[in-house]
Amino acid sequence: MKQKSSGVIPRAGEKSGILSPISRGKFLQYAGFSVAATGLVLVGCSDDDDGPGTVDLGSGDIGILNYAYLLEQLEAAFYENATANPYTDMSAAEKTVLEDIREHERAHRDFFKKALGTSAIAQATFDFSSIDFKSRASVLGAAKTFEDLGVSAYNGAGQLLKDANYLLAAGKIVSVEARHAAAIRDMLNAYSADFAGDDVVTASNGLDQAKDPSTVLAAAKPYVKTTVVITNLPS
Amino acid sequence: MNLFNILDTIEKADPEVYERIDSRRALFKNMAGFGSKVAMAALPLAVGTVFNKAYAGTRGKADTVVDILNYALTLEYLESSFYDDGLDSAVIPTNRRSIFTQISKHETAHVNFLKAVIGQLNGTPVDEPEFDFTAGGSYPTVFTDYNTFLALSQAFEDTGVRAYKGRAGELLGNRTVLTAALQIHSVEARHASMVRRLRNEKGWITGATGSPTAIYAGEDNKTQAGVDITSLGYSANASTEAFDEPLSKDQVIEIVTPFIVQ
Repeated sequence: MKQKSSGVIPRAGEKSGILSPISRGKFLQYAGFSVAATGLVLVGCSDDDDGPGTVDLGSGDIGILNYAYLLEQLEAAFYENATANPYTDMSAAEKTVLEDIREHERAHRDFFKKALGTSAIAQATFDFSSIDFKSRASVLGAAKTFEDLGVSAYNGAGQLLKDANYLLAAGKIVSVEARHAAAIRDMLNAYSADFAGDDVVTASNGLDQAKDPSTVLAAAKPYVKTTVVITNLPS
Repeated sequence: MNLFNILDTIEKADPEVYERIDSRRALFKNMAGFGSKVAMAALPLAVGTVFNKAYAGTRGKADTVVDILNYALTLEYLESSFYDDGLDSAVIPTNRRSIFTQISKHETAHVNFLKAVIGQLNGTPVDEPEFDFTAGGSYPTVFTDYNTFLALSQAFEDTGVRAYKGRAGELLGNRTVLTAALQIHSVEARHASMVRRLRNEKGWITGATGSPTAIYAGEDNKTQAGVDITSLGYSANASTEAFDEPLSKDQVIEIVTPFIVQ
């Protein structure tokens, strides 16, 4: 089943890329909505003929929005796993924080999906098998990685956008990711300076990280099974 | 980014920029036309306020990059001074000082960073205003009562996040300065989240709740780029928390003016 082109608005990847067709059932698996009792850490099935597929983020502002959409997909899938399979001795307060964050990431994800319309990439598949969802340290450590990475991604991508409306939308999201990052870091080392530690905020100038898309996606690669084509992104 | 080669950075991005401009002001107008896109909103009519002098730019013309950086610098002066005073007092419990020394370190670094960038753009950094963190007596215990100190800390951090967010669009086309502004903006958000958690609040803003109300006005917005987030299946709380809203220059002036000695 070939995915139809809208004809008017180019589908991301239409020029040069491949969107692997997937069935509805596989889509739901990839989106992480079905969670086995034993805990689903591998989101998306690699046993079938389709495989994880490839997405091309596209070019211009659409490319950047798809880039953000991909990262929000990753975060949403992670927190869906983390809240569906709570780590040992997760406190009520911690559960509330992680559920809140999950809802924010899902809202971000679905916002981009809606805003991108037919230009949206497909749902990617992720691999969280390196995370021990029973371990607080492992889960919060991964959360910290994803949140800090998300902040650095948005900070690095702002300059690549042309449309002020998209810059505003990205701006509204990045500060929430930074709030998440601080909260997770505070959970990991309460009442310390780690919420905005010298490992992530440069002490000499007080600036957070800003990374370009290829750097961010290289860091995310261990968790992303889908091949992501970024060759047409602005730089 | 090497701050002290910011003009080199501009030149690398646009090698002909220095050939086609003949004045510094024209340089910034030429940067992707961002200046021409921004109409100067009605200036606050309060005459002689320090904030107006600091960043108000030229009446009738869009703010320059330097104007915007001086606006940010004024806010950073406020935060930096607030935390210096707080740490100099006994208001912060010993076991929480490390949090506020980290925040203070960042705000001071932001002041120095912004002054350096303004200088590199051949602008003049505004002088530090004189502050009154009691806001004319509204918060007499700001440096004696920890809860009051925390409340104002949260207020300043949440305002800072929204203030930077509100001006980012005007920096479109100036990649170096826009990126730096974003990198400061996210640090303020980390601060805000931490301080809110110290007050047993969530790190994020739910609806428009918070005090003073002017700081949270508009945070109950549920529509983003024409998309009603609740229509996607999310609660009003999640929908409003997931996106932070900008504040305009006028809104920020109104919020901070009570803390500036005129």
